[in-house]
Amino acid sequence: MSFVGLTRDEEQRMLKEIGVGRFEDLLTAIPREVLLEHPPRIPGPLSEIELRRLLGGWARENHAAESASFQGGGVYDHWIPAAVDALASRAEFVTAYTPYQPEVAQGTLTAIFEFQSMMAELTGCDVANASMYDGATATIEAALLARRQTGRKRVVVAGMVHPHTLAVLRTYLDPADVAHVGDAAGLASPADLKAALGPGAACLIYQQPNFFGLIENPAALHALAHEAGALAIAVCDPIALALLEPPGRTGADLVVGEAQCLGSPMSFGGPLLGYFAARQSLLRGLPGRLVAETVDRQGRRGFVLTLQTREQHIRREKATSNICTNQGLMALRATIHMGLLGRLGMREVAELCVQKSHHAARLAGEIPGYAVAFAAPFFREFVLRCPVAARDVVAAGLEFGVSPGINLGRFRPDWKDLLLVAVTELRGADEIDRWAAALRKAGGAR
Amino acid sequence: MGFPDDVRYTAEHEWARLEKGSVTIGVTSYAADQLGDVVFVEMPEVGARLEALKAFGVIEAVKTVSDLFAPVSGEVIEQNGALADNPALVNQDPFGEGWIVRLRPSDPAEYAKLMSNVDYEKHVEEQHA
Repeated sequence: MSFVGLTRDEEQRMLKEIGVGRFEDLLTAIPREVLLEHPPRIPGPLSEIELRRLLGGWARENHAAESASFQGGGVYDHWIPAAVDALASRAEFVTAYTPYQPEVAQGTLTAIFEFQSMMAELTGCDVANASMYDGATATIEAALLARRQTGRKRVVVAGMVHPHTLAVLRTYLDPADVAHVGDAAGLASPADLKAALGPGAACLIYQQPNFFGLIENPAALHALAHEAGALAIAVCDPIALALLEPPGRTGADLVVGEAQCLGSPMSFGGPLLGYFAARQSLLRGLPGRLVAETVDRQGRRGFVLTLQTREQHIRREKATSNICTNQGLMALRATIHMGLLGRLGMREVAELCVQKSHHAARLAGEIPGYAVAFAAPFFREFVLRCPVAARDVVAAGLEFGVSPGINLGRFRPDWKDLLLVAVTELRGADEIDRWAAALRKAGGAR
Repeated sequence: MGFPDDVRYTAEHEWARLEKGSVTIGVTSYAADQLGDVVFVEMPEVGARLEALKAFGVIEAVKTVSDLFAPVSGEVIEQNGALADNPALVNQDPFGEGWIVRLRPSDPAEYAKLMSNVDYEKHVEEQHA
């Protein structure tokens, strides 16, 4: 990447032009805790060799990349076949990122069309778009669609939707329009939801499996939403959908979610990949980009962007949504990934997740002081109640080469003893044993 | 150009026809030509209340989309269901079979304020001047 330096004088002129005193004043919107207090201390001048040695040493202090990950919470460590990297980086896919000119972008358009078809099949929906930036913003767009469709404002969120998704909802919408209804033993609470839904509700949003990894009852939630005249929005993990009944078939109006788990690495939390699927009657309310099959003048099959007239480059401020692009590379990787695994492979991955996570949960249950926190069935992730602060369990993992899970105390102080543990098909028996050993050590048992 | 004299017009290129207490609404032949091939018309449900000069629906062509504005206020009593299967009726017969919705008007005075065909023709010519 090219880099053009800036002189002090140029910086001053630019700041003066926009009426800002100091460069730091531009950063005030960024939370202090994520800002560096001072630039990295690099003694210098150094040669390239010396600099690489210094920075490489710092990078090697990151143990997360080498330890076996039991962290999830929306981003998961799944196997990625080598063919995904090889195929996704082929020159045929290196086209302009917006395939407005179909005659030179058939590779990209074909792959997106396949992505849409696969997501529609997984979710049980009639139509899926070309992808979104991430699961959280896909959820927001679903809520916005529901508000346009119903002419109502209130967005009801059921139980254990990811706290980050909730935070993004409250950022995009007037927080007073977001009603978060608490859980009952980790699951959505139909009685409380019924009371919250009422005539002003545009939609009911639930997550499947939910933030705690537990399996919700979709048909009941869809019915609750529809009774109130609201749309039912399911935020689903696509790998879980290889095993569970597709929510589109039991009445979900919109199925959205995070699809990083399909062919993209965890990579410290990004880039992510949102997907967005809907029933046919909502087609013209779909945000973003949609690829459709057509024929050219000679009757040959081809692919084009369609229904673009509702988006920003044509409708300006009246556009359906402010997103009019997609997450092309990640969607391509997901498409290749699903293509390589096939229906059976996807199902096997999901089954391995169930088996391995339940094996780990059983092991943990035998360690004094630890208990699985909720009785409801779970898919790949579960909550452990720890005898010590979950933060201490996470720290103990370092010595055993594992990242034991997510300390839920980060989200709520009263969750400080709760550890969210994800076990994917990648975790071997030896890694799960090391994880259990870390738990044992942190808990003070031998 | 020539526009029929049995309907009245808005500056946004909708027409309205008052007959037997109801008002039928559509877009003019000029609007249909400007839009090109119409592929979809989004209409309000029967029972919806429209407000004069406010957007009530969307008309979508291959390369553009435009809001539909209500010439007069009132309650929707009928949709042109034929447009769902054949939106091209808007291009083929904009003042006839390409009508969009029928209203029960709430304020008869609004209809009288709309443009005549002569005024509308001037309005269209001015847009091209």
